Amino acid sequence: MGKYRESFTKGIIKENPVLRLVLGTCPTLAVSTNVINGIGMGVAATFVLVCSNIVISLLRKLIPDTVRLPAYIVVIAGFTTIVQMLLKAFVPAIDQALGIYLPLIVVNCIILGRAEAYAGKHSVGLSALDGLGMGVGFTAALTLMSAIREFLGSGTLGGWPEGGLIPPIAVFVAPAGGFFVFGLLIWATNKLSAKFDSNFTPKASFSCEGCPHAEGCAKVTEGGGCDE
Amino acid sequence: MSNLFLIVLGAMLVNNFVLSQFLGICPFLGVSKKLSSAVGMSLAVTFVMLMATAVTWPIQHFLLDPNGLGYLQTIVFILIIASLVQLVEILLKRFIPPLHKALGIYLPLITTNCAVLGVTIMNIDNGYSYVESLCNTLGAGLGFLIAMVMFAGVRERLETADIPEGLKGIPSTLIAASLVSLSFLGFQGLFGL
Repeated sequence: MGKYRESFTKGIIKENPVLRLVLGTCPTLAVSTNVINGIGMGVAATFVLVCSNIVISLLRKLIPDTVRLPAYIVVIAGFTTIVQMLLKAFVPAIDQALGIYLPLIVVNCIILGRAEAYAGKHSVGLSALDGLGMGVGFTAALTLMSAIREFLGSGTLGGWPEGGLIPPIAVFVAPAGGFFVFGLLIWATNKLSAKFDSNFTPKASFSCEGCPHAEGCAKVTEGGGCDE
Repeated sequence: MSNLFLIVLGAMLVNNFVLSQFLGICPFLGVSKKLSSAVGMSLAVTFVMLMATAVTWPIQHFLLDPNGLGYLQTIVFILIIASLVQLVEILLKRFIPPLHKALGIYLPLITTNCAVLGVTIMNIDNGYSYVESLCNTLGAGLGFLIAMVMFAGVRERLETADIPEGLKGIPSTLIAASLVSLSFLGFQGLFGL
């Protein structure tokens, strides 16, 4: 039972995809201007993550190693299309608000990263829980970040109250505010982590743990990860 | 003509892909430490974006739309981009080895770069004509180049700067990106875009 719990919980805090592994930065920065969008994106990505992890885990013995990345991308693109259709049919407001970032779930590196690092090597049950855990971690980080940005930038939370509680500081909902809040959140995460875990070392750079492109990146910068 | 020029400027400065639309953040943060690799990466991205637009636009308008297959857009586009990148790599290796040497290592990274898929879908969503789409893509690519080069310069300075311990590494990089993005806020509303 322990390994099942481990595969679910690790995505939430210990290997939080956004705050610890610093993956999926594009959607995180782009849709976190209000809480509703943040949660919508989180839920949509979680759905794709869980479903694609299940299917990829089921197919892991059938997919030849040389074409595994294209095969994973096709599976992920299929589920992304399903999410697009579901949102368009049932919550068109979210579909409108997320706009181009919805089809871009396909290239969210958290999803391809989990397929490559986990679902392609583990059983169906574990992969589903891993996807769910990572999805919950992603949604939680997005919700936290969008709450901060919306409160400071518009004075509201999820559009409530109408007039706003505080005078809005518009720069926080501008792109610049996204980078700024994200930077401070990662700093806070590192601080808290160091407090509770004496072995913790913050990620020094945008390195490759969990990123499907690690191999290619290492070549670009001549060895040693994306950055070094 | 002036219309096309406005599209290029709009995509390049006003709606800068990286700094206002958050597309292609991974290479922006990951491959911007050295100026040379920042330039190489941007050129490769621009090249692939132009190729992808040139191919996906006709497919959307002459194959998917007439047959009512618009819902397959995402899956078809990502497959086209993935195979295109492979093809370009093989062709460059065979026919233009110097260019392959310069851009080759960046190509595999670009397949799942959201800027490429993003620009192709955006061209369709905005209802651009073929030429307008190519202009928009060119502008997006140039905007990417500008952002990468500027940020590589900023990061070279960050290397030697005296930063508080806790902010070293990722947080300081993001805050620097925030300041660069702030400067692009100044283009907002320019040319009535």
